[in-house]
Amino acid sequence: MKDILILGAGTAGTMMANKLRNTLEYDEWRITIVDQYKTHYYQPGFLFIPFGIYNKQDVIKPKSNFIPPGVKLIYSEIDKIEGENNKVYLQEGRVLNYDFLIIATGTQTCPEETPGLKDKLWYKDIFDFYTIEGSIALQKHLKDWKGGKLVMCISELPYKCPVAPIEFVCLAEAYFAKKGMRDKVDITYVTPMPGAFTKPVATKMLSELLTEKNIKVIPDFYLEKIDNDNKKLISYDELEIDFDLLTIVPVNMGSEMIERSGMGDDLNFVPTNKHTLQSDQFENIFVIGDAANIPTSKAGSVAHFASEILFDNLMSAIEGRPLLAKFDGHANCYIETGYGKGALIDFNYDTEPLPGTFPLPGIGPFGLLKNTKINHYGKVIFRWIYWHILLKGKEMPIEADMTMAGKKRVTV
Amino acid sequence: MTQITIAGQSVDLTDEGYLTDASQWNKEVAVELAKTEGFELGDDHFKVLDFLRDAHAKGETLTIRKVGKSGIVDIKGLYKLFPGGPLKFSSKFAGIPKPTSCV
Ligand SMILES: Cc1cc2nc3c(=O)[nH]c(=O)nc-3n(C[C@H](O)[C@H](O)[C@H](O)COP(=O)(O)OP(=O)(O)OC[C@H]3O[C@@H](n4cnc5c(N)ncnc54)[C@H](O)[C@@H]3O)c2cc1C
Repeated sequence: MKDILILGAGTAGTMMANKLRNTLEYDEWRITIVDQYKTHYYQPGFLFIPFGIYNKQDVIKPKSNFIPPGVKLIYSEIDKIEGENNKVYLQEGRVLNYDFLIIATGTQTCPEETPGLKDKLWYKDIFDFYTIEGSIALQKHLKDWKGGKLVMCISELPYKCPVAPIEFVCLAEAYFAKKGMRDKVDITYVTPMPGAFTKPVATKMLSELLTEKNIKVIPDFYLEKIDNDNKKLISYDELEIDFDLLTIVPVNMGSEMIERSGMGDDLNFVPTNKHTLQSDQFENIFVIGDAANIPTSKAGSVAHFASEILFDNLMSAIEGRPLLAKFDGHANCYIETGYGKGALIDFNYDTEPLPGTFPLPGIGPFGLLKNTKINHYGKVIFRWIYWHILLKGKEMPIEADMTMAGKKRVTV
Repeated sequence: MTQITIAGQSVDLTDEGYLTDASQWNKEVAVELAKTEGFELGDDHFKVLDFLRDAHAKGETLTIRKVGKSGIVDIKGLYKLFPGGPLKFSSKFAGIPKPTSCV
């Protein structure tokens, strides 16, 4: 009997458990998955909670609903990996052996990394919407907020779902307009990047969108600390931004377990081959989802496309064949823009987001880099797809490799 | 891409002024590249450039945070040395590609 051990039963780990159990023989392979929590959160839904569009019950389900029979699910915090000896230590001293290991422990927010962030204004005038606690606290706060300077700040790169903060300001704009208080709210988007997004064509489209909505963008702002007494953001080069209400993406880091295992970079992400998804350090360890340091977006859609490549390569590794499947960094993200509309971007390691139609060339129904009603429905349907198709590791009608069909090559 | 001669050496630059081949770099090239952006390089600058070149040669991805943890200079100090875009400018003068930490 051989063992495949999966660390983390979030989006990526759950998908892999399903794919592998559907294929591997029960009498040859034992599959085990470990997570510290019993609840699976639909994280993309956190974005909608502050505005009362979703509530807690819309984004939670028991993890066990998604782990197939024949996969052993262990609830425990993982202490560390000992790659040299093919062992994983759990919190209560329990030890698990493996033949192959899949790391899928994701990324988490670390407000402690920024001086003054988790201080007296935390969850009073400063909120995150990357956790269930933060998004619910923010919903309560917004209900009777009287207006003022709303600042959305990104602390550090990389962070998961790079478009979520843009969606947040767009939804906030529409929320205040609907409440008849848009004129009382000044919205500013603060980012360490040189523009609203990194790649030129998408940045142009998104910047125009923000300008149209009267949302100010402050680029190249690298947050050092927060002055709680004067309600200011202060950057390393000593620029200051005033706020009345601050929504923030705290520094994102991989699990501390990765650090304890000596397997991470300076943000606890695991150095990973960006094409094969094998860890740089150990041949029998693979990494998927937000936990990997690969240069593409940290998003559920990326984990989905990567899961097909990882599956192929793991099968090859099991049979001692070379790892031929190559991940291209494919990402596909719906961007909520408010007023029942949305935009869509589709890109990979080499091709930046371009305009066009998706998934069918010339037909769509979705418009790439366009602000349309149908794209909004794409996002709405995504939640259903996430619970019923994505997590279960079922086939989706979209290829893992990005395609140029339907895209127009343009430059700024 | 353009080819120009700096300090007697022919170097290839991207449209944004980054060297396309890190091996075409030497100290004089760094000094001249820095001048075009209005910087005068001293020892403290070169310590950062050496660190960046080493890290790049090892295939590491570079972030401001990583330079800040290098023990050579903290993040504030890095901003003082290369105001207006610490990693952008330091990478350019170190002859390594424009940082792509952002996706
Ligand atoms: C506000 C927001 C909006 C988003 N919107 C979108 C979107 O529109 N589209 C999209 O594609 N993606 C979106 N995402 C991103 C998406 O949710 C993540 O990229 C995806 O969930 C990553 O999957 P993962 O399996 O790598 O990590 P996760 O799903 O986070 O799972 C990691 C798991 O590992 C467990 N774990 C970690 N460390 C330990 C330990 N030491 N011991 C035990 N267990 C541990 C955790 O408990 C967790 O269950 C959004 C995210 C946020 C926060």
